[in-house]
Amino acid sequence: MGTAKRTTLADAVARFTRDGMSIAIGLALEPAIPFAFAHELIRQRRRDLELIGPISDVLFDQLIGAGCVRRVTAAWVGNVSAGLGHCYRRALEQGVPRRIEVRDHSNFTIAQALLAGAIGAPFIPTRTLLGSDIPRANGTFRESVSPFDGTTVLLVPAVLPDLAVIACQRADEEGNAQLVGPWGISREGALAAREVVVLAERVVPRREISSAPNLTLVPGTKVVAVVEEPFACHPSPLQGAYPRDHEFFHEYHRATRTREGFDAWLADWVTAVPDRAAYLAKLAPRWPP
Amino acid sequence: MIDVSAGELMVAQAAREIRDGEKVFVGMRLPLIAFVVAKRTHAPNAVGLFELGLVRDEPAAELLYTMGDTANVDGAMWCGPMLDVMGMLQRGDVEAGFIGGAEVDRHGNLNTTAIGGERQRPAVALPGSGGGADIASLAKRLIVIMPHDRRRLVERVSFITSPGYGDGPGWRERVGLPRGGPSVLITTLGVFRFVDGEAVLETYHPTASLDEVRASTGWEPKLARDVRATELPSGEVLDIIRGYDPKGFWTRRET
Repeated sequence: MGTAKRTTLADAVARFTRDGMSIAIGLALEPAIPFAFAHELIRQRRRDLELIGPISDVLFDQLIGAGCVRRVTAAWVGNVSAGLGHCYRRALEQGVPRRIEVRDHSNFTIAQALLAGAIGAPFIPTRTLLGSDIPRANGTFRESVSPFDGTTVLLVPAVLPDLAVIACQRADEEGNAQLVGPWGISREGALAAREVVVLAERVVPRREISSAPNLTLVPGTKVVAVVEEPFACHPSPLQGAYPRDHEFFHEYHRATRTREGFDAWLADWVTAVPDRAAYLAKLAPRWPP
Repeated sequence: MIDVSAGELMVAQAAREIRDGEKVFVGMRLPLIAFVVAKRTHAPNAVGLFELGLVRDEPAAELLYTMGDTANVDGAMWCGPMLDVMGMLQRGDVEAGFIGGAEVDRHGNLNTTAIGGERQRPAVALPGSGGGADIASLAKRLIVIMPHDRRRLVERVSFITSPGYGDGPGWRERVGLPRGGPSVLITTLGVFRFVDGEAVLETYHPTASLDEVRASTGWEPKLARDVRATELPSGEVLDIIRGYDPKGFWTRRET
């Protein structure tokens, strides 16, 4: 055992992502969103991805605008504190820059779908969304009757991502990852995925993790790459490390109203920036606060 | 000229819907501030649940832009996986929940998915459910807050993201929902109370008028027998709102 999993972000994206795969990302909802990973996906021009997540703030909007996405399996796509996601709207309404497919969920059903995947169950029965149009729009759910009490239930089938991406405060070299703060559906997503990539604010000695193993979100056995990448979640927050950069989200919202505006934003903050260190240098001195 | 914004009126009205000791799914934006007002006035023992996994018995120390802000995590009584708080909701442990929408109809059904066209090619793509449809399905009581105009308050929503009373009384039971339904619809112009599965106008804001409410509603609204002007928030309540959102980010934004 040793440092075989330790690598750079560029190498992790090059080795463990490919066109057409399904990636669960942004699983803690508004915090701990691995924006650095999404930007590297854009730089390496991954295409035809399926994105899986509950609410990934503008991360999904950026990947859609950059033309990386074929399908979104999610409960919500937009800009949480600013409003609608302009790239998501352009893709769905006008097919710009390309047509995408939406597989609608609620937060609870995407959590249940990943739970089913995590525990090897074919589906999870639930009482949510009965009477909603989401099950019909989604197309993969089935309505049924509980054999135990005769009540109506909705069956949510398992979702099995090819890859889950987790950002956290600390992990050891094997990828035992500890996330402080809300987990959202991170654990279910990581356990449902075939492979997991971990972005840690700090990679720490094994003993710092194994002294409190119940804080570990996912065992290193699922993890194929461990990347130490400080501020990987900016502009989303990482508890105890840095707060949310609200104004960055609002600037993004204003800048991306048009396709040209988004393309300029993307060139400025992603494609003309070689890596996260250069992105952080560009943010200085306003960030970190 | 009344120096109270529609956002402030809505927050004050929403706060009154939270009862002391209740567990409430707080949600985003204006309801976050309504929870603060309720906690500091009539409902000091209310508890706020946030779908990403947080339970709080004290409001966050600063204005929240999202429920995942570090200030909302710090000082929480519990932080677990989303499945645990959604599980409490499904079990029937949550008395009330807040939700907003782009479209609502007379039976309290909400659309936050898409307007016009087909689902995969809509005229307007909206963000989607988030946890809204779960709260609408499973909370004992639903408190709806949204801007008010004819494009938003429509006779029939084109897509039911979050179920209200469907086509009227008995519908929720027929489709298998275990409980709940909207109790109140608070808009930028007034307050509707749901009676037999239909929104009945109870008050119109003093910043608006009965005629304006009628003209801005996509159906002929039923009126409460004692329909009247909305009571203005007290000075104490306004101080709480303005102290918490001093720049009016949520309470004075254009809708």
